Amino acid sequence: MALSDFDRKLIAATQGGLPLVPQPYAEIASRLAVTSEQVRERLAQMLDEGLIRRIGAVPNHYRLGFTANGMSVWDVDDAQVDRLGERVGALPGVSHCYRRPRYPGVWPYNLFAMLHGRNRAQVETQAEQLRELLGTACRSYEILYSTAILKKTGLRLAKAGQGAPAES
Amino acid sequence: MLSPEEIGLIDYLHGGFPLSERPYAEVGVALGMSEEAVIATLQSLLLRGDLTRFGPLFQIERAGGQFVLAALRSPQDRFQEVTTLVNALPEVAHNYRREHALNMWFVIGAESPQHAADAIARIEASTGLKVYAFPKEQEFFVELRLPLSAGAGTEGGAHGAV
Repeated sequence: MALSDFDRKLIAATQGGLPLVPQPYAEIASRLAVTSEQVRERLAQMLDEGLIRRIGAVPNHYRLGFTANGMSVWDVDDAQVDRLGERVGALPGVSHCYRRPRYPGVWPYNLFAMLHGRNRAQVETQAEQLRELLGTACRSYEILYSTAILKKTGLRLAKAGQGAPAES
Repeated sequence: MLSPEEIGLIDYLHGGFPLSERPYAEVGVALGMSEEAVIATLQSLLLRGDLTRFGPLFQIERAGGQFVLAALRSPQDRFQEVTTLVNALPEVAHNYRREHALNMWFVIGAESPQHAADAIARIEASTGLKVYAFPKEQEFFVELRLPLSAGAGTEGGAHGAV
C-alpha cells in the first residue's frame, strides 16, 4: 500500500497529536482544505488497515512511576526462538517482543523483550520468569536499563513533497 | 501525582478514541466529565509531560515504511554532542540512554527501508561512530497497557482499545 498525497498530509497534520479543540477533525480538515468527513473516514480506514495502530494517549512511563524500564535481551537457540518468542510476548509486563539480528563478537542476543516496572526488583522478577520459560534454549541474557529519555517524539514524516519519496 | 480522574482518562484513552465530530464530548459522556474538562485535563497532562502525545500512532510498515532499532557506543565525554547529532534527525523517533557498552539506543522511523538506511548512514557520518542496526525479523508482541492505578491488573478496560 503506497501513501497518497492526502495520506501524507493527514499524517503530517496528526503525527504530533490531535488538536485539543471540540472538533479536532474539522480543525484538521480546515488546514488540509478537505471535509471533516474525509478526515474521519480516512482515519477509520487507516485503523482498519493497520496503518494506524491506535488513536489514543501515549503515557510517559517515567512520569507515571514506571521508572524501571529494562530492555531484556536473550541469546536463544535459533531453532526454538520463534516458538518461545510467542510465549514470552504473552507474559504480562512484557512489550515490544521481537526477534532481531545478532552481531557476532559484539552482540549475541536475538530475542528482545521490554520489561516495565515501578522498580528494578519488579523488572528482575519478570526477567526471572522469562529465564525459566526459555529454559535450556537460552544461553545468556542481559537487562539494559534506560537511564534517560533522550528523545520521544514518535514518527515524523518529512512534509509532503520533501525528503525521500515513498512512491516511485 | 495523578488524580484518580486523570488516571481514569489516560486508561480510557489508551485507544479507541472516537472518530465522531465531537470526540472529546463523547469521551466525557463515558467518563462523566464535561467536554471542556476532558480537553483541559489532556492539555495539562501533555504540558506536564505525563503524556508524551495524544493522537494516532502510525504503523508506517503498513505503507512500506520501516522502524529500525539501532544502537551506538558513544564515548562518555562525547555523549551530549552525540545525543544532539542523533536527535537532530527527524527520522529519530525515540532515543534512550542505556547502561551498556552500547549506551545509546534509538528508533528510526522512515518511509522506506532505503530512507532508514540513509538516516543511519547520516548518523555514522556525523558522529564518526559505528551504528548497529537491529531491524525486527519477527514480531511477537507490541502493545502494553501498564497498570496505572496501584494494584490493578495488566488487563485494561474493556472498551474498544486495540
